[in-house]
Amino acid sequence: MTRVLPPLPVLLPLLGAALTLLFGRHARAQRAVSLSVLAAVLVVSVALLVQADRNGPQVVHVGDWPVTLGITLVVDRLSALMLVVASTVTLGVLVFAVGQGTASDDETPLSIFHPTYLVLSAGVSNAFISGDLFNVYVGFEVLLVASYVLLTLGGTGPRISAGVTYVVVSLLSSLLFLASIGLIYAACGTLNMAQLSERLAELPAGTRTMLQVMLLLAFGIKAAVFPLSAWLPDSYPTAPAPVTAVFAGLLTKVGVYAILRTQTLLFPGGHVDDLLMVAAALTMVVGVLGAVAQRDIKRVLSFTLVSHIGYMVFGIAVASQTGVASAVFYVAHHIMVQTSLFLVVGLIERQAGTTSVDRLGGLAASSPLLAVLFFIPALNLAGIPPLSGFLGKLGLLQAGAQDGSVLAWSLVGASVLTSLLTLFAVVKVWNKAFWRPADQAPRSPEAQEADALMHAGTAPRVMVTSAAAFVGVGLALTVFGGPLYGLTDRAAGDLLDRSPYVSSVLGGAP
Amino acid sequence: MTASLALVVTSVVLYSAGLYLLLDRSLTRVLLGVLLLGNATNVLLLASGGESGGAPIYGTTPEEEMSDPLPQAMALTAIVITLGVAAFLLAMIYRSWRLGQESLEDDPEDRIVASGIQLAPDDVNYVGAGPDDIDPDGDLTDGLEDGLVPYGPVEEARP
Repeated sequence: MTRVLPPLPVLLPLLGAALTLLFGRHARAQRAVSLSVLAAVLVVSVALLVQADRNGPQVVHVGDWPVTLGITLVVDRLSALMLVVASTVTLGVLVFAVGQGTASDDETPLSIFHPTYLVLSAGVSNAFISGDLFNVYVGFEVLLVASYVLLTLGGTGPRISAGVTYVVVSLLSSLLFLASIGLIYAACGTLNMAQLSERLAELPAGTRTMLQVMLLLAFGIKAAVFPLSAWLPDSYPTAPAPVTAVFAGLLTKVGVYAILRTQTLLFPGGHVDDLLMVAAALTMVVGVLGAVAQRDIKRVLSFTLVSHIGYMVFGIAVASQTGVASAVFYVAHHIMVQTSLFLVVGLIERQAGTTSVDRLGGLAASSPLLAVLFFIPALNLAGIPPLSGFLGKLGLLQAGAQDGSVLAWSLVGASVLTSLLTLFAVVKVWNKAFWRPADQAPRSPEAQEADALMHAGTAPRVMVTSAAAFVGVGLALTVFGGPLYGLTDRAAGDLLDRSPYVSSVLGGAP
Repeated sequence: MTASLALVVTSVVLYSAGLYLLLDRSLTRVLLGVLLLGNATNVLLLASGGESGGAPIYGTTPEEEMSDPLPQAMALTAIVITLGVAAFLLAMIYRSWRLGQESLEDDPEDRIVASGIQLAPDDVNYVGAGPDDIDPDGDLTDGLEDGLVPYGPVEEARP
């Protein structure tokens, strides 16, 4: 049984993608297949999490090749937690997308959407559970190619020009990753991460640092860490709402996961931790300043997305038990919050015909439910106590204070500032879009057209329910913050100790 | 491990040519750049396998004379992936050509910032044009060309 479960989060969506391609003309069959596949993946992920937490990392050597020769799948606490969060997000967003699809004849061609979406989910799972650097690359490519298609769905002008930037930047990062894989193989003669963690330590310090920095650059582009983040706010907001939600929630976090895994497992000991701290501080501050300057809700959220990646890098850079545990907690929290915010913005756009704060107004009066759905995750994003964003930030601040160096303290300062500015940015959106009376909002001709077409307040119930469910899950992270933090704490212990991962992969082998 | 100098030099030349092409604004050249970079990486992968030897098939070559099969497998995978991505890029380039944007455009937001135009204050009269024309949902350049008159001289700001 233990050997059956780990490959399923990759296999099931791929099989589902094939099925949905076959059912290309039967929208109902497609929906049934994708929903049941992703629900099954969620169940499997939860089972894996329970197993990994009770019995240690679950390891499968695919095809029974000798250890370190073939592909290894490793599900430890961190991977299992990421799998659970990721499959929750993909399932929930799919429900939202299905609700949107049935309610309107959007120009988005749904027959392509389902297979691509499932392939994306398979790629994300593969990147999370792979125990082999090259297989991580394959996972990245699978999810990236799927994301290229999703981002350019429909092939309209703005989507294509956003897609060009996104595709070229992602390609560059993949090639950098592949080149570093080649160099690592040349230096160590293996790509199995457990074995690498032993062999990399034997390399000369200069070589090791070069390999580490190359990997960090490649993953930094994917995770949108500051100097490498300019592509994100330009490409995400143009995609359809469910696509943006799942990209914003998941894709950057795959990069963060890769940074976390390689930093803790392959390059412990912190040669470039100071560099990471500087990058984290700049990511936070520059990102949030961008958010404050924006006037479109989607762009505000995209910039806060960049900015809050800085918090996770902060935790990784401090590299203490508290730091890593809080970073993992923050990843889970941020995936949920960012996804729910983007879904709610999708609802706003549907209802009001625009997402520009200059033209929105009176939403709190016209649709109180939407206002509540926006308000809770927005405060959560800013880290208002007692919500989960506060818990994660508190842990990070503690880790920074324990570290005690000047850099760590300035990071603490930067993260408090970022938190305040995030609050400022979301409150600005709230005041304009929700709080001010509708008659003070200048109505654009487009908005009036949209009103006439869609009648305010007719967002389909499925979409609202799914967005509400995300907000609920975000609140659940707060309520169950204790047990969740306990889990991430144990995961951080495993990561920093390294021996559970290494010994469960290599077994008795020397 | 000894690496072949010829392979390393080839890969360096391919990398520099690819990077040069990647910096071009024309999408077709960007595609060529990506292809060169992909091939450079494949050559690098091959070089990482060390000395070349006989075919790594059990029974045909003595074990100590075999070349390392793993980098070859990785290069093959990478070639397939590059092929798929190149096909997608070609489709996208064709699509942008149909839409009349063969080369990378100026970022409209950049252009606005560079021209020093004041973005809509709250009390701007929105009849006709407004900041939503910079909204990614709309057609970005159209709004500018059709004259966002309230905001100042866009035309002069262009290079």
